[in-house]
Amino acid sequence: MGGSLTERLQALAGRELTAETWAQDAVNQPMIRHWAEAMGDRNPIHLDEDAARAAGRDGVVAPATMLQAWTMRGYAATVAGGPASPAAAELAALLEEGGLTSVVATDSELEFARELRLGDRISVTETVESVSPEKRTALGTGHFVTTVKTYRDQDGEVVGTQRWRLLRFRPERPAAPGTAEQPEPTAGTEAEPAAQAEPAVQPEPAEKPRPLRPRPATNRDNAFWFEACLEHRLLIQRCTACGTLRHPPGPCCGVCRSFDWDTVEASGRGEVYSFVVNHHPRVPAFDYPLVVAVVELAEGTRLIANLVDVEPDRIRIGMPVVLEWIDADPQLSLPAFRPAGTEKN
Amino acid sequence: MASSPTSPLSGAAAIVGIGATEFSKDSGRSELQLACEAVLAALDDAGIGPEEVDGLTTFTMEGNPEIAVARSCGIGELSFFSRVGYGGGAACATVQQAAMAVATGAAQVVVCYRAFNERSGERFGTGMQDRPMASTADRAQYSWFTPFGLLTPAQWVAMFARRYMHRYGATGDDFGRVAVVARKHAANNPAAWFHGRPITLEDHRNSRWIAEPLRLLDCCQETDGGQALVVVSAERARDLRHKPAIVRAAAQGSGEDQQMMTSYYRPDITGIPEMGLVGRQLYAQSGLTPNDVQAAVLYDHFTPLVLPQLEELGFCKPGEAKDFIADGHLELGGRLPSNTHGGQIGEAYLHGVNGIAEGVRLIRGTSYNQPEDVHNVLVTAGTAVPTSALILGAE
Ligand SMILES: [Zn+2]
Repeated sequence: MGGSLTERLQALAGRELTAETWAQDAVNQPMIRHWAEAMGDRNPIHLDEDAARAAGRDGVVAPATMLQAWTMRGYAATVAGGPASPAAAELAALLEEGGLTSVVATDSELEFARELRLGDRISVTETVESVSPEKRTALGTGHFVTTVKTYRDQDGEVVGTQRWRLLRFRPERPAAPGTAEQPEPTAGTEAEPAAQAEPAVQPEPAEKPRPLRPRPATNRDNAFWFEACLEHRLLIQRCTACGTLRHPPGPCCGVCRSFDWDTVEASGRGEVYSFVVNHHPRVPAFDYPLVVAVVELAEGTRLIANLVDVEPDRIRIGMPVVLEWIDADPQLSLPAFRPAGTEKN
Repeated sequence: MASSPTSPLSGAAAIVGIGATEFSKDSGRSELQLACEAVLAALDDAGIGPEEVDGLTTFTMEGNPEIAVARSCGIGELSFFSRVGYGGGAACATVQQAAMAVATGAAQVVVCYRAFNERSGERFGTGMQDRPMASTADRAQYSWFTPFGLLTPAQWVAMFARRYMHRYGATGDDFGRVAVVARKHAANNPAAWFHGRPITLEDHRNSRWIAEPLRLLDCCQETDGGQALVVVSAERARDLRHKPAIVRAAAQGSGEDQQMMTSYYRPDITGIPEMGLVGRQLYAQSGLTPNDVQAAVLYDHFTPLVLPQLEELGFCKPGEAKDFIADGHLELGGRLPSNTHGGQIGEAYLHGVNGIAEGVRLIRGTSYNQPEDVHNVLVTAGTAVPTSALILGAE
């Protein structure tokens, strides 16, 4: 088959990825009850016949966002995989050919045509809507692949659609063997914001999650600092007796020996005091080359942090930098710095 | 100009035996076996039986307990045992501990040892990436750098090196010259891992980045092996088979605002103040000056920190070490022939203890790269951590 990879990918638009697939169970009260409980959805129209009628329905209706749940294949079948359609196989081959082995779900749009009632039988088909031209993103170079799932009832009427957009990309740098690239929220300048992807509906085999960054060893002397980081506040410990700022923090003031302290929030402005560019060894939790700097804050204390959005060979000692945040994982946010004047809005 | 020693420690004890295993990348034996082989070899060199040993010293990041070494080597009762903290910075402190024990009568024969499989076993250079975390202050200090990916000794040292280059205009070549001299000396030392394999400055320039500004050839090796030293009183030393290496001075130092490998919060980070503190003590204890020192063994886990050692110890002024080295003063025939065994870059990385053994050989006159007229040798321990050093001298 001729044409560039982009042309061949874009030629898939309109092709059917998943042929009509029927839900294993009709819309039913037990599944709705479990869903509503798990989601904390207390709307009585999903659980109580009278309440539903009082609200103008003919009876209990399923939660709208449960649409995609009805046609899920279940855990075992998802893990085991199954035969792919010709278009799906073609897409997989093209992605592999282009080295577009990494994936991140960027967003999903749902439209609902009508509410589902007990006894409805639902089917789904999935087609390729579009493939973008090649895009360079902070994660890597690749294509946004948009697919549309169309949900129908037993009469063939459309009850809802789901537009699903994935970035399929070549990682910026090769990942260590056995690890998957995972986006770092602050790393993306061009990448569209990553929506909350629901792994159960992601049409990809589960990839091994990226190892987490090393955990800080927290205790009564330093936990406050890391907790504030989760709120994106960079704190500096201050002796309340003599006013001396200190970092790394400790229980006692080395200047006046007071055990009393509070904190001040750093302005977030500083300059590069020294820095290193790490190449080896490559630890899977990080991208390399990895820049780590000692930053001297405007307040006078120094701290170690990553520099982001700057080419290593443009970094200079004395370069002004401003605070940024890395949300490494739900338990760990860390300060980082970018060159002053390149702040994101 | 030398004056009288001021410390009762100066001249009280001597190193009378040195012993090591081969230095390899895969010893094929347990770490305890390496320790026993080294201890017994050092005792054999001294001509002292294991049953006479009543003291053992080592330092942290050592996997072999003193009691296991004593039991395995048939040493019997111990009246003195000491394990100094902070890893490689404590290498020379083991001799200080031994000398103090001998000087006070706490022990008569003390063996200092280091043995490990740091290449074939748990690799040392990988740093903190997968070490378990706990909430002790000892572990909590790592919280300020490991989450950011600043994980390995090379990376920690690179931060100092960058600032030193910025302040004094030193270049990668200035670091490279340290490695070239070490490998030149190692090439002539049959015990060295890099025996017969010298490098050029061009090789250094072409070696890959590890942690900029450090290249591969700025880094020492990881070694499997063991090294031990035997310390007795200077008086007893006179009756033994080798020319004794008298402990003229032995000192430890921890600087103000000291951190483990990351003392980045001091007003200036281009010096090694803890080494300055050690140097002042060495000269005060012994009554010697830098001019009385003819050779040195300078801890070279990474080349950049050799430069400020020369400055802190008074061999040149701050910022001038690069010129001192470029002028060839670390080589045979230079002002201060250094790391004549090949250093840890060229011989082996026994966390400094093999360097102390080379200091003993320099006093004995048996180095494979022996300079002429060596009366006093200065030996340093690990830098960027609380550290220690010795001056060994001839009778
Ligand atoms: Zn205070």
